[in-house]
Amino acid sequence: MGETTLNGFGAKPARPSGLRGLAADWASDQRAFKSASWGKAMMWIFLLSDTFVFSCFLLAYMTVRMSTTLAWPDPSSVFALHIGGADIPLILIAIMTFVLISSSGTMAIAVNFAYRRSRGLTVLFLLLTAVLGATFVGMQAFEWTKLISEGVRPWGNPWGAPQFGAAFFMITGFHGTHVTFGVIFLLIVAAKVWRGEYDRGTKGFFTSRPGDYEHVEIMGLYWHFVDLVWVFIFAFFYLW
Amino acid sequence: MPASSTPSHETAARTTSHAEGQQHPIRVYLVVWFWLFVLSACSYLVDYVGFEGYLRWGLILVFMLLKAGLIMAVFMHMVWERPALTYAILAPPVVILVFVAIMAIESDYTALSRMTFFSGGG
Repeated sequence: MGETTLNGFGAKPARPSGLRGLAADWASDQRAFKSASWGKAMMWIFLLSDTFVFSCFLLAYMTVRMSTTLAWPDPSSVFALHIGGADIPLILIAIMTFVLISSSGTMAIAVNFAYRRSRGLTVLFLLLTAVLGATFVGMQAFEWTKLISEGVRPWGNPWGAPQFGAAFFMITGFHGTHVTFGVIFLLIVAAKVWRGEYDRGTKGFFTSRPGDYEHVEIMGLYWHFVDLVWVFIFAFFYLW
Repeated sequence: MPASSTPSHETAARTTSHAEGQQHPIRVYLVVWFWLFVLSACSYLVDYVGFEGYLRWGLILVFMLLKAGLIMAVFMHMVWERPALTYAILAPPVVILVFVAIMAIESDYTALSRMTFFSGGG
């Protein structure tokens, strides 16, 4: 019972917890992440690097916004929609936020059903997550179209500081790309669950690693991260 | 510490099919989901009501951090991971705050220079 498998699902002796556990896990000549498999740890490290990418974008945005002498366009009115004879401020972005949060919830439930081995429900919630993600991207495309038709460009806009367009297209564009790739991978994972590849341990076409229901959780980590980034974009770009 | 595994630990490892798979009651996720909706609504209301200044920025930051914390802790299972992973992932981004401070000082200087030398433009 003492062996450690590549995905870490072997039995383990008791290990110290808390700070003592931190020191013990990082001590030499062993695997540092006892509670996370190889795949999960690598996803976390990828997400850490992605955190730095998005931080650089938000920092660049902070820098141009703080250093410009022109007025920054008011996001509240820029992203308002004319519904029912009145301009509702920021409503499109609010709806997008709710759509993405809903998709995070369905993803968490999909992970839960995956570990319960209920294939049908896992596929259902993965597809629901993908549909919500695609809805988000669709609304973003609508938002871009609206702003471009109103004259927003990376080098200028009708309302104030020209850096607004550059920051907007760069940050939301990069985030939208992440959502798009997430939707594609959600569909791939859903197909794999549907075909029972995680029950049989079929080797993946790209990594040749045996299929495992943990892959749904790793997919979930990526998806929740995309939602997490949106929380920061919503706060700093749209609300600030 | 001797690495002797007592019988109770072995049973605990065997009873769960995946010793390291994250399985928690679905209720936990639903409660967090509910709070994420509430917090999102609150942060939208900050804009809708039209708070200004430090009250606005403070509320935006509080709601943002609460949402980010809930997503990371529960949806991404961070509270159930061992500190070895938690610290490895959460500690490095703290350096970004240093970067923020540097760039804030730098942009203040840039803004000041622009106001001094290119009044009305830039």
